[in-house]
Amino acid sequence: MADPDFDVVVVGAGPAGSCAAIEAARGGLRTLLLERGPFPGSKNMYGGVVYPRILDELIPEWWTDVPIQRWVTRRSTMVLTETKALSVDVRNDAWAAPPYNGATAYRPDFDRWLADHAVTAGATLLCNTTVTGLLRDSTRRSAGRSGAKVMGVRTDRPDGDVTASVVIACDGVNSFVAKEAGLYGTPNAKNFTLGVKETISLPKHVIDERFGVRDREGVDIEVIGCTGGINGGGFVYTNLDTVAVGVVLKLTQLAAQKTRPEDVIASMKRHSAIAPLIDGGELHEYSAHLIPEAGLSMMPEMTGNGLLIAGDAAALCLAAGIWLEGVNFAMASGMYAGQTVVDAIGNGDVSQRGLGGYARRLGDTFVLRDHRKLRRAHELVLSDRVQHMYPSMVTSIAERMFRVDNPAAKPGLRRIFREERKAAGVHLRDLISDSRSGFRSFG
Amino acid sequence: MNGPDDNSLDDDWPAISFSDRMATTEFKVHDRPHIVVDGKACVDCSTRSCIVACPADLFVPTSDGGILFNYEQCFECGTCYLVCNTEGAITWSYPEGGFGVIFRSS
Repeated sequence: MADPDFDVVVVGAGPAGSCAAIEAARGGLRTLLLERGPFPGSKNMYGGVVYPRILDELIPEWWTDVPIQRWVTRRSTMVLTETKALSVDVRNDAWAAPPYNGATAYRPDFDRWLADHAVTAGATLLCNTTVTGLLRDSTRRSAGRSGAKVMGVRTDRPDGDVTASVVIACDGVNSFVAKEAGLYGTPNAKNFTLGVKETISLPKHVIDERFGVRDREGVDIEVIGCTGGINGGGFVYTNLDTVAVGVVLKLTQLAAQKTRPEDVIASMKRHSAIAPLIDGGELHEYSAHLIPEAGLSMMPEMTGNGLLIAGDAAALCLAAGIWLEGVNFAMASGMYAGQTVVDAIGNGDVSQRGLGGYARRLGDTFVLRDHRKLRRAHELVLSDRVQHMYPSMVTSIAERMFRVDNPAAKPGLRRIFREERKAAGVHLRDLISDSRSGFRSFG
Repeated sequence: MNGPDDNSLDDDWPAISFSDRMATTEFKVHDRPHIVVDGKACVDCSTRSCIVACPADLFVPTSDGGILFNYEQCFECGTCYLVCNTEGAITWSYPEGGFGVIFRSS
């Protein structure tokens, strides 16, 4: 049989695909990186913050040229009711210096930068190319459990078939490659949330003043209790001269509630805790994207016969309430997929078994460890009590603590707690049980 | 709640029309629709979730009880096929390479 066109074809030049391509190309493999958009990142949108420490080994001192907007030095979690707000605000000066913690970035900038590193490593980047299917080995009946070996991809270019020893599918949350390979069961709407976002223009000095930051310092605010009857959350974060405001909505409820996504953003923007931050700003770009929300419980089988799945395509997105991460999981899984393929081709075995190192690498690192640890968190965070009852309870408790009601004497914490718990309709036994599962989920 | 206060609140946030909102996003439109909706299959659908959930508001109910779909300003997010509960009503694929939505500040 003729040699394949490439050793490895990577589908999708997002953070997973580019990291896979960097590892593969550096490992000496003939690597093709396919992107359906006109440039890497053009199809990508996210909740705004990237945590790039996983790049320390891959791209030493990555911070010297990574195209970020601002380094996050303030991380707030905000609980809202219609008329109240309670924030926990963490500021750390060290997050403004190497090696940093998180950064706001535009994905079209960030993803293009990462893909450039793949090209520098020796990968061939081909944009404007949509993968339309997988090529399978029809000559042998070697099928087995994972089906006939994947031999490459079909693209929408004329004569667009590309053969390869291994395909790495990094084609995002809707991964048609993983679905076609049969590694992903029928997707269920309950496992997804919809993110919609407005990028709003404001002068840099106005953003600096309103958010209490200077230079390249930035703020990331995660919000709960801002999505009306739909379970979900919101976010506000600073770019250099834009502010991104968005919501993440449970898909099944969005459909049932008869509220349109842009109206949920509009209502959050009207809140007294949010409105002054973006007052006078002009809509610069509107965007939307799906999020694989359900973590471990929705993950596909990630290794096929000649095929690996990484990033959002493998549902490797951590949506665990106070932790909202995805790009770092994509980059890590892409790296491990790339390393695995280098080993497998070196060993002459790219079958499902020969690619077994991928599952081991994922399992031994934060990629699956974090997901296993936090596997119950998304359910708890999106539960009705956390979404609709606790925000009103905790904001009212905080408000009562600071209310001076003279001539009445101070009520005392215990009484405030009891009264506000009851006023919010929270049963003590539910609170205890949720606290327990909170400790179990996050502990 | 209806009152002068509500109106002044609206003045703070002049409603941006939906077409102006969508005009902030760049699309390179291909002649071939990448998503096809079988409007006839939608006639018997009671939930019609796509109409409310599509962030680009591309699903429009028609007078004969069907649903019309405009693919031109599609974010390619996948919401519609996930919320759809009428088998075969939505045929979903990505646009040709280089076409479709082009995000810049996302």
